Amino acid sequence: MERVLDPSVLPRRRDEGWSLGVAFAVMVAFFVVGPFVLYPVFLMKALCFALFACAFNLLIGYVGLISFGHALFFGWASYLTAYSAKTWGLPPEVAIGIGTATAAMLGVVVGGLAIRRQGIYFAMITLALSQMMYFFALQAKFTGGEDGIQGIPRGRLFGVFNLSNEMTMYVFVLVVVLAGFLLIYRIINSPFGEVLKAIRENEQRAVSLGYNTERYKLVAFVLSATLAGLAGSLNCLVFQLASLTDVHWTMSGDVVLMTLLGGLGTVFGPVVGAFLVIGMQNYLAPFGQWVLVIQGAIFVACVLLFRRGIVGEIARLLRVQL
Amino acid sequence: MTLTGRLVFAVAALTCAVASAQAQDDVVVKIGVLSDMSSLYSDIGGAGSVAAAKLAVEDFSPAAHGMKVEVISADHQNKPDVGASIARQWYDVDHVDVIVDVPTSSVGLAVNVVTREKNKVFLVSGAASSDLTGPKCSPNTIHWTYDTWMLANGTGKALVKTGGDTWFFITADYAFGQALERDTSAVVVANGGKVLGSVRHPLNNSDFSSFLLQAQTSKAKIIGLANAGGDTVNAIKQGSEFGITAGGQHFAGLLVFVNDVQALGLKTAQGLVLTETWYWDMTEANRAFTKRWQVARPGKFPSMVPAGVYSSVIHYLKAVAALKSGSDGRAVVAKMKEMPTEDPLFGNGSIRADGRKIHDAFLFEVKKPEESKYPGDDYKLRATIPAAEAFRPLKDGNCPLVGG
Amino acid sequence: MFEIFGIPSQALFGQLLLGLINGSFYALLSLGLAVIFGMLNIINFAHGAQYMMGAFAAYLLLQHLGIGYWEALVVAPIVIGATGVLIERLLLQHLRKLDPLYGLLLTFGLALVIEGLFRNYYGSSGLPYQVPEALQGGRNLGFMFLPNYRAWVIVLSLAVCFATWFAIERTRLGSYLRAATENPVLVRAFGINVPRMVTLTYGFGVGLAALAGVMAAPIYNVSPQMGSDLIIVVFAVVVIGGMGSIMGAILTGFALGVIEGLTKVFYPEASNTVIFVIMAIVLLIRPAGLFGRGA
Repeated sequence: MERVLDPSVLPRRRDEGWSLGVAFAVMVAFFVVGPFVLYPVFLMKALCFALFACAFNLLIGYVGLISFGHALFFGWASYLTAYSAKTWGLPPEVAIGIGTATAAMLGVVVGGLAIRRQGIYFAMITLALSQMMYFFALQAKFTGGEDGIQGIPRGRLFGVFNLSNEMTMYVFVLVVVLAGFLLIYRIINSPFGEVLKAIRENEQRAVSLGYNTERYKLVAFVLSATLAGLAGSLNCLVFQLASLTDVHWTMSGDVVLMTLLGGLGTVFGPVVGAFLVIGMQNYLAPFGQWVLVIQGAIFVACVLLFRRGIVGEIARLLRVQL
Repeated sequence: MTLTGRLVFAVAALTCAVASAQAQDDVVVKIGVLSDMSSLYSDIGGAGSVAAAKLAVEDFSPAAHGMKVEVISADHQNKPDVGASIARQWYDVDHVDVIVDVPTSSVGLAVNVVTREKNKVFLVSGAASSDLTGPKCSPNTIHWTYDTWMLANGTGKALVKTGGDTWFFITADYAFGQALERDTSAVVVANGGKVLGSVRHPLNNSDFSSFLLQAQTSKAKIIGLANAGGDTVNAIKQGSEFGITAGGQHFAGLLVFVNDVQALGLKTAQGLVLTETWYWDMTEANRAFTKRWQVARPGKFPSMVPAGVYSSVIHYLKAVAALKSGSDGRAVVAKMKEMPTEDPLFGNGSIRADGRKIHDAFLFEVKKPEESKYPGDDYKLRATIPAAEAFRPLKDGNCPLVGG
Repeated sequence: MFEIFGIPSQALFGQLLLGLINGSFYALLSLGLAVIFGMLNIINFAHGAQYMMGAFAAYLLLQHLGIGYWEALVVAPIVIGATGVLIERLLLQHLRKLDPLYGLLLTFGLALVIEGLFRNYYGSSGLPYQVPEALQGGRNLGFMFLPNYRAWVIVLSLAVCFATWFAIERTRLGSYLRAATENPVLVRAFGINVPRMVTLTYGFGVGLAALAGVMAAPIYNVSPQMGSDLIIVVFAVVVIGGMGSIMGAILTGFALGVIEGLTKVFYPEASNTVIFVIMAIVLLIRPAGLFGRGA
């Protein structure tokens, strides 16, 4: 069965890595200078969603599986982190750990069910399961339902760093997101990553070579879910609020849009895409429902004309890896 | 320096001093109307609340008090994260001093937390949760127009006393709906009525047929709708399809506004009993306000929510004028509680220590189509609940601000 | 009157009947999706938005052209089906050679655009649409009061479902359709205009969604978001039924409507999630779905 991506887009040779290094430096510089120019809370949100989109990209870009239910992991990690920090009074690093672990466990369950089917069915199953968990979140007592969990204390990181200070929080979020980003990069460029790419190119051949493709796909799915959960945990501490928006299917749609717009299967595409979409939602907020229309139009335009996404197109024009 | 020179210098210095004192005298206040501009409650609050705030500023005449007032607005889309995010940005970046309106309790609770953290002011007109003057009360927040306790008490008690003593609840299955059902059940039982049963429906439900069927089977005299907005409208619409009122049962809308009644039409909504704290057609002053308000919102009628926005903004500006500054939220709110309120829409009233604004409540019944003489003539007054009885007693709220 | 599990039999039969009504909508919508998937290998995410457009078309036809319910039943599906044909011609056909997931993404984007546009112009609160004169009122069946209109919904959807099934499985045109799904090149070689068939099939599927929308207008709230939450449930129905067969989609739709109705009686809090739970169970036991023909 044909895979989602146009293979010419994807990174091939390791020695073309200089462009990656440059792009990474630019990205770090941007986020270091950023809080002095733009509203730090906005940047933190963009960073969390950049991690979310990178985690999603791991699944679609390198394994070729499109999940329409990633909000499940983002949102439920957010709820668990919120609950641990507020009701159990746990320090932020433990709360984030709990949230991320929850996302991992959910990843195992959802992945186990969904990987049985391919392609479109996989997408529909993830969507349906995520919707089921949305209704569960709506009714469960501990999630606070419509109200969500509010007034979450940010606490002191490792007992030392006071995260209520905006700049300290920003540095923490930046460090974690960069670490996650580098981890994903490392996963892609490892023997494990090579097998994933092989499965994406031709699963039958990978099976005939003796690889347990189902197991590989499941592991990739769980990794993607875990990192999405990490993003959700960070996000809830930034805003000190965990709400139903985090588990709604429109959140899943948003992350697909970010990755598609930025560039499926590129390293930096999701970051750019996340930044653009969050920026658009923020600055076009006065126009209300037009944001929805514009997002939909971007979807349509990307699928028809810009399948490589912004970063993908730039990479192709400059003939470098990005 | 010569004498003339010293004189000139002195005059110049004095003029500069007076001029800069004048410029500093102008107290700048920015009001943020945070509401639902595009969704479920856009007719109840929304652009109508913005219009009301602007009318309040106009009537206050900031220039006469040496103040400059600006009104901005935003759409919170009924999502607490969006609302909290906008509130945060408004307070941090845009120098907003006070946020008003905010329908949807979940958003109201979130903005309440942010406002307290940033020491600004929050004047709630749209949100209903009585927790805002209860366990979640704050020295920066005043709950103005109505709350769930008042609604439960007003509608519940009045109906039981007039013969509606058996109840069945159709409740939206989320925190707000459950709270409304809980409060109203307590009032019904306390006044000698009986709750025959209840059923929970998912939020934003489109099909009420099975729940209405259960309500019909229970044979309760009153079917209490512990939900709001589209859910209430749907339930009533489908109720008439299933012949609920024809069968002798009555709907009690626990959170219904005049805009919902307009959406339903008198034919479907007639006989519905509800509680509001303000009705456009009750006094000359109300009618005059409505006429001015309709310039911005032609063809629509203001519910109690924009009226509350008007009243709260006027009182806030008076307090800021008295203090000559709007920067310390707690101080302004303390001043607002100190001063008795007085405005053309709600008359004379007061604000309690827990942040609850006190005024009369009214039990209305929706008119039959033949009783309505002109557009908007929808309600007839069934009872007035005096201010002293309308709201939850101070000691019962569990508000940490109230000693004991 | 006797009791089953503590619920009076009257209430139970009443809920079963109501479940059948909901099931009618599930069946019609999953039928449309199954037809489109069968021919185009595309999951039409915009199906919910097209259902909504059908309801709005009925409302607008009444408001502006004075065209009532009975005519709208025919006019609306044709009009909205025509927009479907346009979508296929202008947008979807470019994706034929690509992975079907691109089709899903495109229709997802379309759904957002359509819902956003309608929200902008009509707001989020509902629009009124009355039950047509001839079908107002109801009859007391003894165990419940059944509004006439709801009985009509069951009858019409059964008729439409049966007619569609018959057309696809038992007529010559249907056999061309089924052949073209399996081997379009060969069928083209026989001189049959396959691209035109594909376009018209998409239009037909969209028309089915719009028909469901017109039927829904008098009883459900006509609002821009009426389709988006429904479509996800229909996806679950389709996964349970399996995409392989038309009859499977119809039967599963009705069956799940009934199950949901029963859940509303015994355990209403779970009525939202019961279909998804069933989907998870079916996936564990029979990954291809109940009537499916393979992954």
